[in-house]
Amino acid sequence: MKRSKGIQGWVRGLISHPVQKKRDERLFIDEKNSCPSCHRHLSAEELEATLYVCPHCQHHFRLTAWERIRYTADEGVFQELSAEIETANPLEFPEYEEKLAAAEKKTGIKEAVVTGLCRVDGHEVVLAVMDFRFIGGSMGAVVGEKIMRAMLVGAEKKLPVIVFTSSGGARMQEGILSLMQMAKTAVATQALEKSRCPYFVVLTDPTTAGVLASFAMLGDVTLAEPGALMRFAGARVVAGTIREKVPENFPLSQYHAEKGFIDRIVPRQELRKTLSFLLRTHAPAAAGGSR
Amino acid sequence: MNEELIREKVRELREIAEKSSIDISAELSGLEQKLGAAVAAGPSAVSAVPPVENEAWRRVELARHPDRPTTLQYAERIFDDFIELHGDRAYGDDPALVGGIALLNGMPVTFFGHQKGQNMKENLARNFGMAHPEGYRKALRLARQAAKFGRPILSFVDTPGAYPGVSGEDRGISQAIALNMKEFSELPVPIIATILGEGGSGGAIGIAVADIVLMMENAYYSVITPEGCASILLRDSSKAREAAALLKLTPRDLLRFRVVDRIVSEPKEGAHRNADGAAAALKEDILRSLSVLSRRSVESLLAQRHQKFLSLGVFNEEEARRKSLLQRLRDFF
Repeated sequence: MKRSKGIQGWVRGLISHPVQKKRDERLFIDEKNSCPSCHRHLSAEELEATLYVCPHCQHHFRLTAWERIRYTADEGVFQELSAEIETANPLEFPEYEEKLAAAEKKTGIKEAVVTGLCRVDGHEVVLAVMDFRFIGGSMGAVVGEKIMRAMLVGAEKKLPVIVFTSSGGARMQEGILSLMQMAKTAVATQALEKSRCPYFVVLTDPTTAGVLASFAMLGDVTLAEPGALMRFAGARVVAGTIREKVPENFPLSQYHAEKGFIDRIVPRQELRKTLSFLLRTHAPAAAGGSR
Repeated sequence: MNEELIREKVRELREIAEKSSIDISAELSGLEQKLGAAVAAGPSAVSAVPPVENEAWRRVELARHPDRPTTLQYAERIFDDFIELHGDRAYGDDPALVGGIALLNGMPVTFFGHQKGQNMKENLARNFGMAHPEGYRKALRLARQAAKFGRPILSFVDTPGAYPGVSGEDRGISQAIALNMKEFSELPVPIIATILGEGGSGGAIGIAVADIVLMMENAYYSVITPEGCASILLRDSSKAREAAALLKLTPRDLLRFRVVDRIVSEPKEGAHRNADGAAAALKEDILRSLSVLSRRSVESLLAQRHQKFLSLGVFNEEEARRKSLLQRLRDFF
């Protein structure tokens, strides 16, 4: 029996999809002085004061890794870890080095995640923050390794681990080795299990595919920002393989919360407060028992 | 058509001729002579496509061949006897991911794997081997049961990918796959995963965290299908053949990257034409793998499994630094 072409191409897999083709929202504000979501007047200075949330419609703009760190860490003090690991091109994938160089130039960071130590409302934590601007926040070997090491540092120092996710999925240019980062990071969460370290995940826009289907879904407590796109497979993939029509911007964090896969949707302005509460309730003394 | 394909066609013709007692030996030897001349004239005479590209694409095509044996067909041939067990105890039973208990040379084992159909009707019932969350949760349920009773686990991977539609999202496909990888890493029994045909992305790794990963000779294992890679990166889905080569998804590539531990040789004519031969070869490799794993204590089994997955990935860093880190790592598991 010969299969039809539609079936031959079933499922394009779990990969970084260009999630939203729309223009960079932050550039939009600079140029038009208005919110791309509600079109009310908005200036960049105003947004800086509101943590990049539109004061009119509560639209949450994407943050860079360092902005997020600044908004999360006490006084913005942060000691970076694993900064020296560098991305390789094991598949000798064409134009990958150029792509990496361009991403570094654009973002000023060397990979799609920044990890380190800081304090949140006085509690010492390991913090990992992904940056969607760096090749769609995609997870290759360095992202997987840095996430794993962040967890191991947490286990070693008995510190809570907080991860802010933002990613299109696995990094195609690293082929099967990027798929293996899903397993690597998922296995690494067992270190936190055994050392009884709290692991908190904050899902931000967008978190999809290989990242969503690994360490992002394994937190002790899973928070999400409102309006964060979260999906396993992209709309194009779905349309191209099973002929099901899914809107570009579906499903959002609220939908997953309704389905029971997220503990709480937390607006950005309240995140530090919520994290602080979680850290307090998970502090060794609060557990009542020995650790 | 490449050389390999022509040779296969010749073999097929010969078999047909033998079975139906038709004498076509003259035609056949003519074909073979032509092929010999073409090979002598250099690769370009046989095929316009570079050999590497051809090799990768050929594995993909064979992995998807509709006559390729499925998980249950391997089960019938490998096990003395088996029964299927159904359901995830939470939502339903997924026909695209089957599993159960079996006897392998008298030894009880647990098995599960993606199940494709061999015709359109079967494939519709099996959802083309694209499992839903309940399939992954059934696998986890059976895996935990195996751990309780000390049965080794055999996992068979053959999926284009996990089901990407809304019903999968609704029931938490991402969470199901993530949890399986985490939980499989701690199961105190030997786990052997085999990539039978298509090793499609998250749908594959969701049941492939194992002590030993075997791979059939004509299988592929990839983060994305060649078509998907072509349409996203090369901006042209018809360049799948090219993408297949770029993705380095053949058994030999994967062995080099230490993602798979062993390639299972298929009979010369391929598993799709000799299921018995392929199953016999796989059974032998499974038995050999089990005997290796059964010599490990639970501690060393788990330590080596963790090490295997935590060290996957290639990047640049001072070697000494990396080693000391990996050393430290052991303390936490």
